[in-house]
Amino acid sequence: MTAPFTTVMAGAAAPGQPTSPKNVPLRGGEPNPSAEALRAQFAGAIARVDVVCGETSVIVDRAQLLDIVRWLHDDAGQQYDYLSDVTAVEYRDPERPLEVVWHLRSLPYRRFLRLKVLLERGSELSVPSVWPVYKGADWLERECYDMFGIRFDGHPDLRRILMWEGYKEGHPLRKDFPVRGRFSRSEQLRQALSANPEARYSMEELSIAQAFEDLPDDMRRRLAAGGTVGE
Amino acid sequence: MATTKRTVEVELSTTGLDAQGRPIRRPLVSDESGNISTLEAPPGIEPDFEGEHMLINIGPQHPATHGVLRLVLELDGETVVRCIPHVGYLHCGFEKTAEYRQYTQIIPYTDREDYLNSPGNNVAFVLGAERLWGIEITERCKVLRVILSELSRIMSHLVWAGTTCIDVGAFTPFLWMFYQREAIYKLLEDWVGARLTTSATRIGGMAADIPDGWIDQLKHFTRTFPKVMREVDSVVTRNGIWVGRTTGLGVMSPDEAVNYGLSGPMVRASGVAYDVRKDFPYLDYETYDFEVPVGTRGDVYDRYLVRMEEMRQSIRIIEQAIARLPDGPVNVDDHRVILPPKSRATSDMESMIHHFKQVMEGPRPPIGETYVAVESSKGEKGYYMVSDGTPKPVRWRIRPPAFVNLSAIPKMVEGHLLSDVIAINASIDIVMGEIDR
Amino acid sequence: MGLSRHDADRAEVVHGGDPWFATRMDFLVNWSRANSLWPMPFGTACCAIEFMASAANKYDLARFGMERMSFSPRQADVLICAGRVPFKLAPVLRRIWQQMMQPKWAISMGACASSGNGIFDNYAVVQGIDTIIPVDVYVPGCPPRPEGLIYGIMLLQKKIMAERSSDQTLRREMEPDPKSQLYLPPPVIDEMSENFGNSVHQKRSGL
Repeated sequence: MTAPFTTVMAGAAAPGQPTSPKNVPLRGGEPNPSAEALRAQFAGAIARVDVVCGETSVIVDRAQLLDIVRWLHDDAGQQYDYLSDVTAVEYRDPERPLEVVWHLRSLPYRRFLRLKVLLERGSELSVPSVWPVYKGADWLERECYDMFGIRFDGHPDLRRILMWEGYKEGHPLRKDFPVRGRFSRSEQLRQALSANPEARYSMEELSIAQAFEDLPDDMRRRLAAGGTVGE
Repeated sequence: MATTKRTVEVELSTTGLDAQGRPIRRPLVSDESGNISTLEAPPGIEPDFEGEHMLINIGPQHPATHGVLRLVLELDGETVVRCIPHVGYLHCGFEKTAEYRQYTQIIPYTDREDYLNSPGNNVAFVLGAERLWGIEITERCKVLRVILSELSRIMSHLVWAGTTCIDVGAFTPFLWMFYQREAIYKLLEDWVGARLTTSATRIGGMAADIPDGWIDQLKHFTRTFPKVMREVDSVVTRNGIWVGRTTGLGVMSPDEAVNYGLSGPMVRASGVAYDVRKDFPYLDYETYDFEVPVGTRGDVYDRYLVRMEEMRQSIRIIEQAIARLPDGPVNVDDHRVILPPKSRATSDMESMIHHFKQVMEGPRPPIGETYVAVESSKGEKGYYMVSDGTPKPVRWRIRPPAFVNLSAIPKMVEGHLLSDVIAINASIDIVMGEIDR
Repeated sequence: MGLSRHDADRAEVVHGGDPWFATRMDFLVNWSRANSLWPMPFGTACCAIEFMASAANKYDLARFGMERMSFSPRQADVLICAGRVPFKLAPVLRRIWQQMMQPKWAISMGACASSGNGIFDNYAVVQGIDTIIPVDVYVPGCPPRPEGLIYGIMLLQKKIMAERSSDQTLRREMEPDPKSQLYLPPPVIDEMSENFGNSVHQKRSGL
């Protein structure tokens, strides 16, 4: 039995009761103090700071993202200990770059910050993974990869999470992906149903199975050769 | 299974642990002089072949997985060595489909993703949309939304408590909880017409104002519900089997809980007092007098206590809301988002045009983006919507608390027994509709 | 099918009738089957919660013989698919159906299971589980009220009571094509997945 944990209060560094926001202007307004601190610390890497609907968005350079996130997490004046979300936005305008968005919260200071990295269309869609700093980024980044095709360098296990492993139609949330998918319904059903049962297990899982000896020869050969299983 | 040369003698010594402190999966053998070494795989088989561990697949169809979750467990006897969860069996393309819907048409989608907390999701979504449009809702609407959010919290926790009790082995509380849920269903049905997937809110107001006599029904509910809570308390909370099966299970320390992005009762049971209603308030929650229960041990039992207490606090908030419910209009008078009353829409030209534009085209927001989070029964539930000025959003992102909470399950179940996996899984309060969207 | 009304004056037997004893046996078998249907709750989403509410104390399903929710398909009679089924879940549903033993029936509960539900006409959702397994009763609603589900179950009971053991088509197991695993021809599946009725004209926001 572990010893009881001492209660950690949110807002420990920001005394006073916050109030519900009222009459928040669409643009303008007081930016998050962390934006100024970021500009001071990482001058070259900050492209722009926007305040939209009361929320501060900071557009940062891709190369320095992990350093920025680590600094925001570790610095005593920032303490962004909570990663709320990792996602991406693709605009309908084909000229606009893809945005990868991180939502960070500082529980001690009760602050909310949005970081963005812009990825030009046609360029390699990859950003550093923030998993070394926030373990909660694990599945969020996997989902972003699954839906957009954005690779997160440094992620321990980047594979599809919502669609199945061998999903052929692409990355659903891209704007060039039609809402009903690329294939006809019968073809989609055929692809979904005709995967053989071993495809339901990853190679790592199958190597655990005690029935390794009972697996068919061709599967064992495929596993030994390091190949993927199933389709 | 034929006996093999790979009989294992595992000594209870530290040679069984690798550098990270996890059990080594390669079998150990001892030779004649008693030296322990790891067995080399026989030739022709892949080198990291494992021997004595079993692969168990739970789900996706399983009574105890609370939806279509698939857990692949590596078991050493009854002890879980590793857990690999697979989700996505209920992925229905919510976020993609919403890019082809007007904002008001997205409200029914919010019902169906976290279907236990549907009125709460409705509230969260329209709060975000109103932030984008810059609309300030009326006081009556705010109080009604608070009532709706707390009722939905109670609804969700009732299902959670019922199904968790079943998972651990107690069937009766499930029936008691569902009977109370029927009482809430009756309230919601009288108000908006639907029991479960309510779509109770609209941008700038509510789907409908409460009917006459509804407040008395609600008062009756707030009087009878605590008695049922006491009954469940008396049967479950100090029950030796319950306590024995749930204490010390699935512990997450406060640092881990925050780092994994856990929210809601999961993070509060671990001792972190983070509640969106208190720390990033909305709907004037700072003016209500309520407490947020926080646990001290971070185990399944604490999560149970936190959720039970949250239900009582929700009743407290509802009583205060009933006392302060003001008269007045429930919808804001903004023709951009609120449909004109039918009598005017069929007679007055301007109202007819507004009605037509709103229904055919949809309300058109300004260009911008916003992320508004509420405290749903699972945790921090947020909707991030990006608008390019057209009636359909460019991006509608659901921040799913249960998805992030579930990602911590491999950490929580390692080292526990197989039956504990079910209890820990139940304590996370997962809803696959929200996890997979 | 016995005497048709129009032929009553000619008293011509339309279909070779069953012997009296067989009809009594049929009645007995059907009656026992209809009143002891053990459901296999294949619950995925919101309809599963309404299914649970139907099984709970206010709308009790046990009085219809559905006392025991059998979560093992081997011991179940009727598969109640409650909720939307994405393509990733399709092989699971197929496998569960094949694991159930004859006699078996399927109730597709809710609009999503019956037709994909107009709001989920996208890349991820199967447009009606009848493209995967043969369905006996469709219960519309999103989610259907417990009374609706009960009505569907009673319809199934009526359907079962009307079965005859001499009917060879009834207990035939579906045979999916071994390569594609589809049990209907692809054009039929495509047609079943398309919008129908009013929704053909309401594709404004759906594309």
